[in-house]
Amino acid sequence: MEKLRNLINITDLSTQEIEELIQVADDIVARPEHYQDICQHKKLATLFFEPSTRTRLSFEAAMLELGGSVLGFSSANSSSAAKGESVSDTIQTVGNYVDIIAMRHPKEGAPVVGASRTSVPIINAGDGGHFHPTQTLTDLLTIHRKKGRFDHLTIGLCGDLKFGRTVHSLIEAMTRYDSVEFVLISPNELQIPNYLKHLMDEAQVKWSETTDLETALPALDILYMTRVQKERFFNEADYIRLKDSYILDLDKLRHAQEELVIMHPLPRVNEIATEVDDDPRACYFFQALCGKHIRMALILFLLGITTGGTQNV
Amino acid sequence: MNIDGVTTGIVLDHIEAGKSMEIYELLKLDRLDCSVAIIQNADSTKYGKKDIIKIDEDIPLDFAALGYLDNKITVNRVHNHELVEKLHLELPHELVDIIACNNPRCITSVEPSIVQKFKLVNPDTKEYHCIYCDSEYHR
Repeated sequence: MEKLRNLINITDLSTQEIEELIQVADDIVARPEHYQDICQHKKLATLFFEPSTRTRLSFEAAMLELGGSVLGFSSANSSSAAKGESVSDTIQTVGNYVDIIAMRHPKEGAPVVGASRTSVPIINAGDGGHFHPTQTLTDLLTIHRKKGRFDHLTIGLCGDLKFGRTVHSLIEAMTRYDSVEFVLISPNELQIPNYLKHLMDEAQVKWSETTDLETALPALDILYMTRVQKERFFNEADYIRLKDSYILDLDKLRHAQEELVIMHPLPRVNEIATEVDDDPRACYFFQALCGKHIRMALILFLLGITTGGTQNV
Repeated sequence: MNIDGVTTGIVLDHIEAGKSMEIYELLKLDRLDCSVAIIQNADSTKYGKKDIIKIDEDIPLDFAALGYLDNKITVNRVHNHELVEKLHLELPHELVDIIACNNPRCITSVEPSIVQKFKLVNPDTKEYHCIYCDSEYHR
């Protein structure tokens, strides 16, 4: 049997394929009844070796809304990994039971190992501080629904840009569009890795670095806030020193555009004050909804299920 | 200094001066029964100084590993005192179990049975990336 495709990194998808996914995601909203049984008798495994709320639940909700079934585990402790089973063995086993696998693992590259051990499609639902392509698809759908385009945008990325995998994947995706500019806002210790700077340079994308959120705000079309992630630090003292580097509140937002789109992959801790939630520019809970729609579209794509034509929406 | 010529075997020439012992260990030449000569700091018109290894037996060689360690090495195969093949090495496009990823966040750091693989991403800077975690390595 021919090996179906995987999604390990966002660059596994062409820009045309991403646009097709967005079109299907929009059609799912327009014609939900057309999709409610489309994955009947198909099974998704959600193998989460690391805790997650949004990603796991949105994958499960996505498959259930497509009429499919879901099985899996939500932490390494509740799987055979606790007994010392390797990723290879777990994936090779589960691949016999299901049609598609979404996996999250704290170690970078685990989905590459998994994909080499099964013929069913593997979706990387986050591998350590490395990639998180379905979050990127979520972000792209949110940007498209809010801005109607991917080009001619100035995007501020704020917070932990060193370990923030959502930021890394978003940069990789957005460098493929015209006239995109990045403003990288982070403490010096959490600056973006060099390979991404090289990537932006090679793509001739304009970018700048700053430690000051307030002065960067007025120029931004999109502000992408991130959490400083405790689980990425080996040294707790470093985490405590850096965790409150940026807190977005209504006072700071006075400097921002009226059409600014504020995004956050969630969960947030205190980097966005709750008073911002009711501001029309706050889009992070809408973003979580987009996550379910785009994962539905992705599951259909990777399973090779055609949707019988989408409506223009 | 006189070192006998090879009758049938391999001469690794143009090894960067001082690197011959690294090559000797990599190729596990200490396990061979035949004669092996290591010549260090020989005069070289091309590089000033060079090392040479002469192996008095035609053994299979890991060209990828050799090319990664020193892609200026020339491999000369000799049969009955005659040079039958001269190979110039290149940087390999893929390294399999030659170097190990030292990123503590890489899946290979906790599952030692995984094959270590690196791909060449920039021949000019001799930059390799781990295929699992994308960590950068420069030769």
